[in-house]
Amino acid sequence: MLGILASIIDGVLVGLVYGLAAMGLTLIWGVMDVINLTHGAMIVAGMFALFLLTSVLGLNPYAALLPVLVGGFLVGVALYWISIHRMVGRPPLMSLLSTFAVNLVLIGVGTAVWGTALFNVNVSLPGITMGRYTFPGAHILAAVLAAVIAALLYLFLQHTRLGKSVRAVANNREAAELVGIPTTRVLAISVGLGVALAGLSGVLIATLFPFTVLSGDGYQLKGFVVTVLGGFGNPVGALLGGIALGLLEGAVTPFVPVSWTLVIEFVLFVLVLIAFPAGIFRSRRGAL
Amino acid sequence: MLLMLRRPFFWIIALAVVAFALAPVVGNDVSMRESLLLDALYITLASNLNLMLGYAGYVNFGSIVFFGLGGYICVWLVNSYNWPLIPSLIVAGLGVSGLALIFGFGILRLRGAFFALATIGVIEAVQAFVENFTPWGGSAGVYLSGEIFKPLGGPAHALWIIYFMMVAVMGLSLYLSFAIKTSKFGLGLLAIGQNEDAAAILGVPTSRYKALVYSVSAFLPAIAGGLYFFKSAFIQPSDAFDLSLSTEALVVGMLGGEGTVTGVAIGAFLYEELRGYLLTSSTFANFQLVVSGALLLLIVLFFPGGLMGFIYSRFPRTQKVLE
Repeated sequence: MLGILASIIDGVLVGLVYGLAAMGLTLIWGVMDVINLTHGAMIVAGMFALFLLTSVLGLNPYAALLPVLVGGFLVGVALYWISIHRMVGRPPLMSLLSTFAVNLVLIGVGTAVWGTALFNVNVSLPGITMGRYTFPGAHILAAVLAAVIAALLYLFLQHTRLGKSVRAVANNREAAELVGIPTTRVLAISVGLGVALAGLSGVLIATLFPFTVLSGDGYQLKGFVVTVLGGFGNPVGALLGGIALGLLEGAVTPFVPVSWTLVIEFVLFVLVLIAFPAGIFRSRRGAL
Repeated sequence: MLLMLRRPFFWIIALAVVAFALAPVVGNDVSMRESLLLDALYITLASNLNLMLGYAGYVNFGSIVFFGLGGYICVWLVNSYNWPLIPSLIVAGLGVSGLALIFGFGILRLRGAFFALATIGVIEAVQAFVENFTPWGGSAGVYLSGEIFKPLGGPAHALWIIYFMMVAVMGLSLYLSFAIKTSKFGLGLLAIGQNEDAAAILGVPTSRYKALVYSVSAFLPAIAGGLYFFKSAFIQPSDAFDLSLSTEALVVGMLGGEGTVTGVAIGAFLYEELRGYLLTSSTFANFQLVVSGALLLLIVLFFPGGLMGFIYSRFPRTQKVLE
């Protein structure tokens, strides 16, 4: 009984971080119907930012969140102007290809600089022990921070003027333009936020697991699954989708080799898309 | 079919194939043969990807799966069952096409970007399968013995035969692209690429066509994969499912002009020659991905029509001859 409870708690802890990793992807997807294929690379950028900030400047790992937030936002705005601005409203093929191209450049530079060696950042925090099971402190803190960031994003989208503009643009770009919302600026800000979220999740993931230049791909793929589970652009949905994924992984790992988990997740992705085209946890129309 | 004989483009393809086949023979130039073999491979991969990308407007990030699986099936039949090369290639082509049809029916309900994402899932699934499948050597791969070249008259002779077969596969790819483009099926695909809802309302069986073109675009790349890995006498998952080859096929398609037959072929030829140059110069060898990425970004942003788009707008008359 305790074992089941422990694996559920573990699934929720990992799932909250998956949810955060997907949040930036689903925000951009929901607002402008662009699938940001640089998302994985941006998560990795967050990981390496943490690595550099802690090893070179000797910063506390959690103090790295703020510079990564600001840096990620600026990178995201630049990304918008470089690869997305000309693609908004064009066939999805084009934005897929343009963000994919930027991803190639980023991954190419990353592998040329760091190779594909394994990096890690040591975080030692006291864990919580429950009978035979110990939950590492870094896991708990990462999950709590992921939930806090999601809550802040939710409050921003629901209760600030800018957040409401983002939702308006997501709902209907032309109508938003008509009522005087500067849509281009809102789109650039949304991409900035999406990339900043990717960077933050990269920081939190790097405190938990070792990483390479290529580890972003796996989280990006999980991001697609979380997005279809949780609906587009909805932070709460993303967290719920992430938790569902974390629980699923916990449930299947005793029975299948690790390399199959992504395959199972993708089968789920296809099945969910066919059965619930709008996402399972989506509460209402235009939920963003 | 006979009507195609009256189109000048039919003869242009024939001329290109003959030129490919004869060029290295004339001077008995082995290094030229190796470089042209890669050109023929790129043209095959890009032309078949173009059936999805250029005609139906669907991105397939996993086109390399066909190439790798074809290679595995062919190498496995030759190695474990001592099959001759040609039947192994045919079984590889048909097998991969059949699998693609099954996968295609699984993901055919998905539209636009979702289909593209599902193709990423196909790569993951196939790679996970191959790495855990012991008859195919798992992640260590399969080595072929030197004996396999005996029926083809020894290694030196076999390499020439493989080259001619690869050129033939390239020719078939070009004719396939041409034949589909001039058929009702091709018209349906182009309609899907323009507006899928409108196409469906006008009676195009969109789901079936998408699954069918996914399967058709698997056949020749699988055979090319079989030839390629038979030639290297070695196959392992990281070579067979090398994602950068999938990527390069996309870059090549966009460079030449998606939806055209000539453009994609010329794009593949130019790109492979450029890559050959970049790989030999040591400064660029590490930055191959960066170069393809930057190239793709520039094309998508500023020249979405690619090379043929430029030629068509400059010389409108070429549209009547060059597909």
